[in-house]
Amino acid sequence: MTDSATPLAATGWPLWEVFVRSRRGLSHSHAGSLHAPDAEMALRHARDLFTRRMEGVSIWVVPSAAVTASSPDEKDPFFDPAADKVYRHPSFYEIPEGVTNL
Amino acid sequence: MPPDVGGPPARAQIDPQQQFDRSVAADQRIEPRDWMPEAYRRTMVRQIAQHAHSEIIGMQPEGNWIGRAPSLRRKAILMAKVQDEAGHGLYLYGAAETLGVDRAELLDLLHAGRQRYSSIFNYPTLTFADVGAIGWLVDGAAITNQIPLCRCSYGPYARAMVRVCKEESFHQRQGFELLNTLSHGTSAQHAMAQDAVDRWWWPSLMMFGPPDESSPHSAQSVAWRIKRHSNDELRQRFVDMCVPQAAALELDLPDPDLRWNVERGHWDFGPIDWDEFQAVLRGDGPCNRQRIEHRRQAHEQGSWVREAALAYAARHLPTEIPAA
Repeated sequence: MTDSATPLAATGWPLWEVFVRSRRGLSHSHAGSLHAPDAEMALRHARDLFTRRMEGVSIWVVPSAAVTASSPDEKDPFFDPAADKVYRHPSFYEIPEGVTNL
Repeated sequence: MPPDVGGPPARAQIDPQQQFDRSVAADQRIEPRDWMPEAYRRTMVRQIAQHAHSEIIGMQPEGNWIGRAPSLRRKAILMAKVQDEAGHGLYLYGAAETLGVDRAELLDLLHAGRQRYSSIFNYPTLTFADVGAIGWLVDGAAITNQIPLCRCSYGPYARAMVRVCKEESFHQRQGFELLNTLSHGTSAQHAMAQDAVDRWWWPSLMMFGPPDESSPHSAQSVAWRIKRHSNDELRQRFVDMCVPQAAALELDLPDPDLRWNVERGHWDFGPIDWDEFQAVLRGDGPCNRQRIEHRRQAHEQGSWVREAALAYAARHLPTEIPAA
């Protein structure tokens, strides 16, 4: 991702993240990134780059610099609070033999 | 939260190198913001950039025939293929940029001759049959190389390879079909197809890189799970696939030593001219200068478009993002 403080002229076209809805009923998912001078061109480039074979019915483009990520290190304790709560999963609970539809 | 207020116990500090080694050994992907050894980062940048450069330089030999394709059908196919190569280059530059390099910087290195592209693209396309031979052999070799890269340890590169491989199989098939049409056409057409295969066969085998005993980066790349098979293994796999396909095409592969080895269960093939490979790598191939010169020229002549688009964007900057 680009540094948002860098002036445009120095780096050329800014970077955009592209999200594609592959078909109706599915959510947009990250397809990749590309450079474009503005949002409209980013959409056009995204169409040419990621949907040449009808891989999408809708595209979102977001300036990479506008993305806030959870942390610089994806393995950090940010996700720890979820780690010790196994009771949030149905497999935590024991059900007597023969009981169905549960 | 200050550490003494509660919350989960602080984790024991794990050595980042150890964590990296464990992730790689467990076949997990390394993602852009993970810690990685500097040498791994450098290797990935070098390999992905070289791959990206190969895609965009690879547009030239085939682009050479778009204006002279023999039918509208062949022309449409060729345009789609060359457009795909541009797309593959962009996927790969995007993957390289996740490592903290800038695409413009990589292009400068290519133009200055300080980063390489696959030496195969320094051979000329003399007839339209070469479009077929490139699709069948060059793209076939590329696919053989790229399929294992879909499981490469670096996530963004592996994901780019998945997309590339999906699209590349059309490239190989259209090449095979083209050669098949020529080969079963008039005797002149058959001769043209054979001539193309004669010229592209050996350079295609060189695409897998030097033999295992003289491949400098291989061992480290295997340890890092960037590479999963040796150059010679992949080369053998490719030869084994091509021999029956050549028979179906009724074209000869230009190697008198080609024969089935019952014990090995593989096709034996003759020695590769590694002097030629080194010469092309050094810059003394038939088209090295032409390819880079053309690339530089296209980049320079396109600069006004890039600047104009930026100027337009600056003048039409969106107003402040509205408060929600």
